[in-house]
Amino acid sequence: MNSSQLLGITTFTYLAASVIYIAILVFRARKIGLLATLVTLVGLLFQTGGIAMRWVESYQMGIGHAPLSNMYESLVVFAWAIVVFYLFLEMKFKNRMLGGFAVPFAFFSMAYASFAKEINQQISPLVPALQSNWLIAHVVTCFIGYAAFAVACGMGILYLFKAGHEARTSGKVGHEGIFDTLPDLKVVDDIIYKTIVFGFLWLSTGIITGAIWANSAWGTYWSWDPKETWSLITWFVYASALHARFVRGWAGKRIAWLAIIGFFSVIFTYYGVNFLLSGLHSYGSS
Amino acid sequence: MKKQKNILVQFFSSIQLSLFTFFVLAIASIVGTIIPQKKEAAFYMAEFGPKLAKLFDVLSVPDMYNSWWFLSLLVLLSINLIVCTFDRLPKVWHMVVMDNLETTRERLERMSHRHSFLVANDRDEATSAAAAVLGRFGRELRRAESEEGVLLFNQRGAWTRLGVYVVHFSVLVIFVGAIIGSIYGHKGGVTIPEGVSTQRIYEFGTDRPIDLGFQVRCDRFDIAYYDNGMPREYRSDLTVIKDGKEVLKKSIVVNDPLDYGGYTFYQANYNPLNELMVHLESAKSGATETFLVSPRQQAVWQEEGISFGVINIEGSGQADFRYKVWFRDADGDPLSFWLPPDRVGKIERPSGNYTISLKRRFATGLQVAKDPGVWWVYIGCGAMLLGLLVAFFLSHRRVWVYISREENATRILLCGSANKNRIGFEKDFAALVDQFQENDRLTLTKETA
Repeated sequence: MNSSQLLGITTFTYLAASVIYIAILVFRARKIGLLATLVTLVGLLFQTGGIAMRWVESYQMGIGHAPLSNMYESLVVFAWAIVVFYLFLEMKFKNRMLGGFAVPFAFFSMAYASFAKEINQQISPLVPALQSNWLIAHVVTCFIGYAAFAVACGMGILYLFKAGHEARTSGKVGHEGIFDTLPDLKVVDDIIYKTIVFGFLWLSTGIITGAIWANSAWGTYWSWDPKETWSLITWFVYASALHARFVRGWAGKRIAWLAIIGFFSVIFTYYGVNFLLSGLHSYGSS
Repeated sequence: MKKQKNILVQFFSSIQLSLFTFFVLAIASIVGTIIPQKKEAAFYMAEFGPKLAKLFDVLSVPDMYNSWWFLSLLVLLSINLIVCTFDRLPKVWHMVVMDNLETTRERLERMSHRHSFLVANDRDEATSAAAAVLGRFGRELRRAESEEGVLLFNQRGAWTRLGVYVVHFSVLVIFVGAIIGSIYGHKGGVTIPEGVSTQRIYEFGTDRPIDLGFQVRCDRFDIAYYDNGMPREYRSDLTVIKDGKEVLKKSIVVNDPLDYGGYTFYQANYNPLNELMVHLESAKSGATETFLVSPRQQAVWQEEGISFGVINIEGSGQADFRYKVWFRDADGDPLSFWLPPDRVGKIERPSGNYTISLKRRFATGLQVAKDPGVWWVYIGCGAMLLGLLVAFFLSHRRVWVYISREENATRILLCGSANKNRIGFEKDFAALVDQFQENDRLTLTKETA
């Protein structure tokens, strides 16, 4: 067994988990809920093992470093963080109906990492710029934030679906649809808000660790490089959402939309900048 | 009567202004990531045509993050933060220090969290039992007594109401750090060939020379490669010389700079020079000497009567694999041989033995920064994270107990409120209710939630 086999299995396990979670929703099959959680947990175990093995393998190759150094490795960590964060949410809110809107993100991330032509899966040595203790702190904090924002986006989509459904069926009695098994809109709204808060805190930490790293590598904590700038734009989007909620009492659909828009900004910060714009983070694109 | 606010204060303290500024900053920032920054004027002409290039120039787009209008937006954000703080902080401060014993009975009866008990105990017994329960809730147990009843109050985390202002203030601290850096700091660079020292660096953008007040010498520069040919390490051995004395030596690599005299020297890039450093040692006389030799040129070590040179270099890209050296002394035929970089070659001649080693000469490219504002920025960042934690996860929780005499029982009214995290407070409140219900010192006769 090597790391790429384990991570390959992970991809298919997350696919299975996504399918089961969506089946629970569509067929209102609450009974198989436990199965969905178990499959996700198994996937998480495979993935954790895969990440750990990749780490060990890099040392066996004599170029040991944490598996956080290129696009492939970051996508794997992204998926890992999404699943960990989602399972935490499932435990905390004791609701498996949310999984269909969260676990597929992890599957997409793994599938893209595994199958896209432009993603290089090789373990390669660290270029001098990445040889720093800040690498782990910076990447991990950013990806915890990104994972939370991915889940917030999923919950935003869920909210809009359910709100739309309620608007269409209001007044009709005895109609039990997919969305009736989903948690109450107020609960979803609360989850979105709390998830954004959580992500915002980690994004802030990620930007700050990045600034400190940049200062210790180049003597400039902020140079308006596209990656930095886009992370700031993302920060502005979520800061706006939080202010609108705190001061103007925004909730419901508006916050759901902001969670979705915010995640587009995250995707561009993470992915778009590497492939479409040039800058200091260009090593993240291979 | 509500005092009519000054219209300026109203404008500058409004959340609409904050959201607007966030929005414009975000949009403007996007523009700056799409249009490449700090390129030559000709680049914009070629890429966008003369009309757009002219417009860019007028709007300072090529260096937009330092343009007057972008900085104005940041100033606007700061004013917004400051005015909004002055506008709201007094009210919040009042909430932090207010005397909660002045809360009226009517307000207590309407609080969202409340629970009342009727007990058979007398007022004093009930009061001391309630004080014991409330005393464990926080550290500020207070009481007020009157004819009608006793009011007890305790709270936790009143200070957490200030968390959000710590976050806002931290943004200003970061800006102050950035301003200090831009006024008193320098960013520049310098290229130093191996064996050379310099006292000047050149400021980025202006190329203005800056006198360091000490000298930095590059003793050696090395690149190490991984087996697959990727660069593994760029290393410069630097020596700081102050008043003619060597005061500090350090090998710097990327991510590990040299600090001296308020300046920090970062490994940024390098230049291979068309020159070799040839180190010779004579076994007979013990003399050593390092020569700078250009390829295909003759070098002479007069004292030893030697002439030598490098006639060929084999390599790939910027990596040299081996050098072809010729060597001649007073007696014997000239000699020629291949030698890889940094390998010691032995030359045995009738006149004596020599050792030789060669390496290409490099110039190291250092980025140099002096930024006295950076600690402000770091303190601001730290304060921001702490402030966010407080603002999001800690809440101000207040509980009151009002004890009054009803017809033939004593009534205990327990109520409370929290400014955030209502769910967390519900648990706190339920625990308090429990402590009254299970209290040995009280004899419950009736309760209502």
